[in-house]
Amino acid sequence: MDQTSQTSSKRTELQMARSMCWHCQSEVTGEYYCGQCVKVQPLSKELDYFTCLGLPRLLSIDPATLEAKYYELSRAFHPDFFQAKTETEKQISLGNSALLNTAYGTLKDPVQRAEYLLKLEAGSAKDIRNTPPADLFEEILELQEDLEAFRSASGDAGETTQYRTKLLADRKLLEERQQAMDTKLTGLFAKWDTIQNRAPEPDALRPQKDEVLKEMRELLSNRTYLCSILGDLVATLEGGHADRRH
Amino acid sequence: MRIVGIDLGTTNSLIAYMDGKTPRVITGRGGRAMVPSVVAMTDNGLIVGDPAKEHLVRNPARTIYSVKRFMGKGLADVTDELKYFPYTLSEQGGVIRIKVGEKTYSPPQVSAMILKELKQRAEAFLHEDVSKAVITVPAYFNDSQRQATKDAGMIAGLDVVRIINEPTAASLAYGLQQRTQGTIAVYDLGGGTFDISILKLKEGIFEVLSTNGNTHLGGDDLDHVLAEVILKDVRAKHSLELEKYDDTMQSVRLEAERIKIRLSDEARTTAVIELPDGKGTFRRDFSRDELETLAEPLVGRTLAPCRQALKDAGLTPSDIDEVVLVGGSTRMPLVRRRVQELFGKKPHSELNPDEVVALGAAVQADILSGGTQDMLLLDVTPLSLGIETMGGVMSTLIRRNTTIPASSKEMFTTYVDGQTGVDIHILQGERELVKDNRSLARFRLKVPPLPAGVPRIEVTFLIDANGILNVTARDIRTKQSQSLEVKPSHGLTDDEVERMIGESFQFAADDLKARQLIEARTEADAILTATDKALKRGGSLIRQEELTTIRATLSSLEAVKKGDDHKAIRAKIAETEQVTHHLAEVLMDDSLKQALKNKKLSELP
Repeated sequence: MDQTSQTSSKRTELQMARSMCWHCQSEVTGEYYCGQCVKVQPLSKELDYFTCLGLPRLLSIDPATLEAKYYELSRAFHPDFFQAKTETEKQISLGNSALLNTAYGTLKDPVQRAEYLLKLEAGSAKDIRNTPPADLFEEILELQEDLEAFRSASGDAGETTQYRTKLLADRKLLEERQQAMDTKLTGLFAKWDTIQNRAPEPDALRPQKDEVLKEMRELLSNRTYLCSILGDLVATLEGGHADRRH
Repeated sequence: MRIVGIDLGTTNSLIAYMDGKTPRVITGRGGRAMVPSVVAMTDNGLIVGDPAKEHLVRNPARTIYSVKRFMGKGLADVTDELKYFPYTLSEQGGVIRIKVGEKTYSPPQVSAMILKELKQRAEAFLHEDVSKAVITVPAYFNDSQRQATKDAGMIAGLDVVRIINEPTAASLAYGLQQRTQGTIAVYDLGGGTFDISILKLKEGIFEVLSTNGNTHLGGDDLDHVLAEVILKDVRAKHSLELEKYDDTMQSVRLEAERIKIRLSDEARTTAVIELPDGKGTFRRDFSRDELETLAEPLVGRTLAPCRQALKDAGLTPSDIDEVVLVGGSTRMPLVRRRVQELFGKKPHSELNPDEVVALGAAVQADILSGGTQDMLLLDVTPLSLGIETMGGVMSTLIRRNTTIPASSKEMFTTYVDGQTGVDIHILQGERELVKDNRSLARFRLKVPPLPAGVPRIEVTFLIDANGILNVTARDIRTKQSQSLEVKPSHGLTDDEVERMIGESFQFAADDLKARQLIEARTEADAILTATDKALKRGGSLIRQEELTTIRATLSSLEAVKKGDDHKAIRAKIAETEQVTHHLAEVLMDDSLKQALKNKKLSELP
């Protein structure tokens, strides 16, 4: 446990693009201002989002802590506070803010956070797919038929109501299913955090880590699929066209 | 250096500044803070604001209003609403051009005329040069519309230090003056646009969670609906097609606006229209109930964006602590009722809905100039940004409601050996297909000729704090960045803006020159006519050589009058007065003699 706190405190230090201040050439050690000339320093482009927000690479994040850190860094980097500064400082502020905003936007949402961790730990080769959950195969087939029937239903009011009732039941089932997935995801978060806390070094306990990541990837792939058919279903019920971007 | 805050509205514009820790709007000579966003290009020069509004009826073809609706647009975007616009529109380089007389103007040029008026007003009030401004735009403005607003500022000789969103500006004013905390919804229904923004206010941070809106929905639209009723009734009662009369059409539109405003306070009112061709006066009673029936569909159209914004923020109406009303159209009782129904709480309107945006812009200006340090606005981009991919599909790079500044990097390579360029088409919008989204710009990425797949060019799409896109490219192999020539789909090129800045400085000078020229010519005409008459009567009374001098002077005045140098005309007028001085005296003596003839001394005055 000692080791953990030590490592995580080291991780809260920001990685800067250079070890020397761009302005006065003095040494910069994980602070976003130069200790000598107080000029803002560019964040490293390779900086991961967890480190950017001063967090260890864990999945259970307290939203209030995350927000407080985000606000603190926004006050440090936002272009509003660099209006009267030099062009270089303005550019650094802009770049740092953009990175900070992406980092916060990603980590704020649990699903995006998990997806990001997968990318970070397993690389982009292990992308999250869009695969139907195997145990829901029959239900999904049935739902597709219900959807088709509802869309091509004649103007007959009784028939439409009948299909609608059926679709509403399908929707309830899928939503319950999604909730179950989210619960399972929270469980996997805890599992990851336990291993990561025990062995924060990237190579330590690798097989165990990879096992959790694999489980998480499968769950997320199923969840993506579920969300898209659920979105389709809701759009059909509400009569609008599906906004597939969300 | 002081930075002012400007609300450049569809129907009215305002300018505000920070008086210590309090934002204040600057009023004009009449004590009014609002400057109607109307520009009249008369023979005697440019007129902006209240006096220009009078020209809407007197000189409709040379008076431009609601130009904000044309900002960042092409002709095809506005064809539905041309009925009330008496001037001719065309398009050049994807940008609307407005024809007035012999000249054409782009919408940023016309907006610049309004900005200059505001700038002068502020300079007169503050007794100092004003050259830096924060200008507000509707939150739902796309990149082209924001860029057009920035261009307008530049043309007006202003350094636009920041473009900020109107509802968020309003929230700054509220946050400062009312010390509001929690989750708030800002409902902003103006003359031409509608915005809804959901914000979280905490310890001086104003974080926008989501925004939505319609840049084509406002009080103007209700004026048009009311005007239609009047036109229909005039047609039925007088068999008169008012559409043929540009001036009466403007009277109808303005009267519609007035009765709409009156019906916010009164239950009934009467519209009065002077009919053309001496057909008398048309009167029609309107009740608030009738207005509300007409307004219901328009107000209804604001509710879907509100629900979408709540959904995007992951909130329900009960999560909203306060609702703030902004924009003149929120004075309508119907709007207040519908907003209250949707959010389940009584909306706030303590601050003047017409002024609150300008006040907020002044607060933001103060933050930017280093005055206020404890407040920070974190705004979002209202629309998703993407690029065209195979099959005419848009691939999203930055989603809507992402906090700005926001950036996204994309790697590009080639598919053919020796390929030297990659064409990139940038889009904004929420739909799947390219054709359903807004085209922002195109550019061609230069690639060194290499085997297919080898070049690696990284393109960074960055939306800055103004909500405006910046694109940069870097060759990963050589680490060289390359300059891009981004061609906007609906925007002025840098060269055009440069030229218009030059023209605008000249414009003011031209106006004065034109007026002086007209006055000099008028005076020359008067003296020519008078001297002609005098020569007819008294030519015989003066010496021949004097007569020759006068004739020579007159013909040179005639010649110089045809030129456009008012000073030369003035000089000749003075010369003419001098050489005809003796003639005038002779004539005076002569008429005196004539008058005295046959008169007794006692009859003399």
